[in-house]
Amino acid sequence: MGCDSTRTVLHGYLDGELDAMRAAEFERHLEICRECAIALGAEESLRSSLQRSGLYENAPVSLRKKVRADLGAATASPVALRIPAWRWLALAAALLIVASVSWYAWPRVQNSASSAPFTAAELIDAHVRSLQPGHLTDVVSSDQHTVKPWFNGKLAFVPPVKDFADEGFALMGARLDVLGGQNVAALVYARRKHVINLFVLPTQKPDTPIHPPGLRQGYQWRHWRRQGMEYCAVSDVSDSDLYELAQLLYQ
Amino acid sequence: MSGSDQGRGSDVLDVQDRARFEQLVLPHLDAAFNLARWLLRNRADSEDVAQEAMLRACRFFRGFHGGDARAWLLQIVRNTCYTWLEKNRPVELMSEFDEELHQQPSVSPETLAIAGDNRERLTRALETLPPRFREVLVLREFEGCSYKEIASITAIPIGTVMSALARARQRLQRALMHASPQEASRGL
Repeated sequence: MGCDSTRTVLHGYLDGELDAMRAAEFERHLEICRECAIALGAEESLRSSLQRSGLYENAPVSLRKKVRADLGAATASPVALRIPAWRWLALAAALLIVASVSWYAWPRVQNSASSAPFTAAELIDAHVRSLQPGHLTDVVSSDQHTVKPWFNGKLAFVPPVKDFADEGFALMGARLDVLGGQNVAALVYARRKHVINLFVLPTQKPDTPIHPPGLRQGYQWRHWRRQGMEYCAVSDVSDSDLYELAQLLYQ
Repeated sequence: MSGSDQGRGSDVLDVQDRARFEQLVLPHLDAAFNLARWLLRNRADSEDVAQEAMLRACRFFRGFHGGDARAWLLQIVRNTCYTWLEKNRPVELMSEFDEELHQQPSVSPETLAIAGDNRERLTRALETLPPRFREVLVLREFEGCSYKEIASITAIPIGTVMSALARARQRLQRALMHASPQEASRGL
């Protein structure tokens, strides 16, 4: 193997993109070619500099908001397309009436087939209430072995309690709450400076995947059912954060 | 954007598409912004261009039939960035990509480690590379893309991703060794 081609193959090796045969061939070459061994060391050092540098730039909050707004504007209401422009006003008025009537009555957290036993409005109310001073936690602890037993005797079920501090979702504590007329466990997680409420209650219904996000009044939620428990995580964090937590819990 | 207004009605998302979009595409907003930021080297422009790219992604979403949503989105972001560069900074796109690999004296890993530890110097070095070198490095090292993903995002043949990375890394090493720390801080 000439060293010119090796200089290229070296990168395939570094990136783990060579097939087993070519990788073995290159490793044999490394044993006899000091120049390539040094070059590989240099590339590894450069890679670790890049990865430790913190140069990755996350999307700013302002962009996230703008994209959400654009997305809202680009979403058609199913009836809108065939309606003449002059009827928009009437339609808007009608929608407003329907929306205000159905606010407390109709919108379940998911579609009817998989609906949660509480409405979106109840969910957001519970979340907002928890953010008022002194309402967030009844037991303050980041230790799952303290939080879990705390529920004993307070609820007719035992919610699973896990801390994900290493993944960036630190358990802050828990409280009892009421949702849809039922006593539920509320676990509280911190994501950067945001609070995530995870409501847990027992269910007889079958497991579901993590449902698509719901959005209301600037709060988002993710709902799913797993192993006899109903879960709903709600917060003002971005949906990608919420989804990440949902996936951790789902495992 | 040209051509987007005709048939706007059929381009917008319905409620199900939107939920799918939020689930599949929106989680990659950070990746979209990061790529734009490194292609344009400026946060304010990147924010605008990333927003524009997300809008395009919305419009094209019906044409996305599953697969790698991140690669799909990044392809759109990259194209949007290049369109923007062509219009606003055409000079930057004129650099030669198919540059030969030079025989250059090997830099020791230790020397490189010291230079690479300086964040400003590393930023400066990356930013001096032509966009086509910069993007393969960003995709590989920051985004962890496979060669296949890099090929589909940057529209270069998969067989040449490896040599593109080889050239880009060589250029980065050279830029890093040549950029003096003073120059680096001035660049920010």
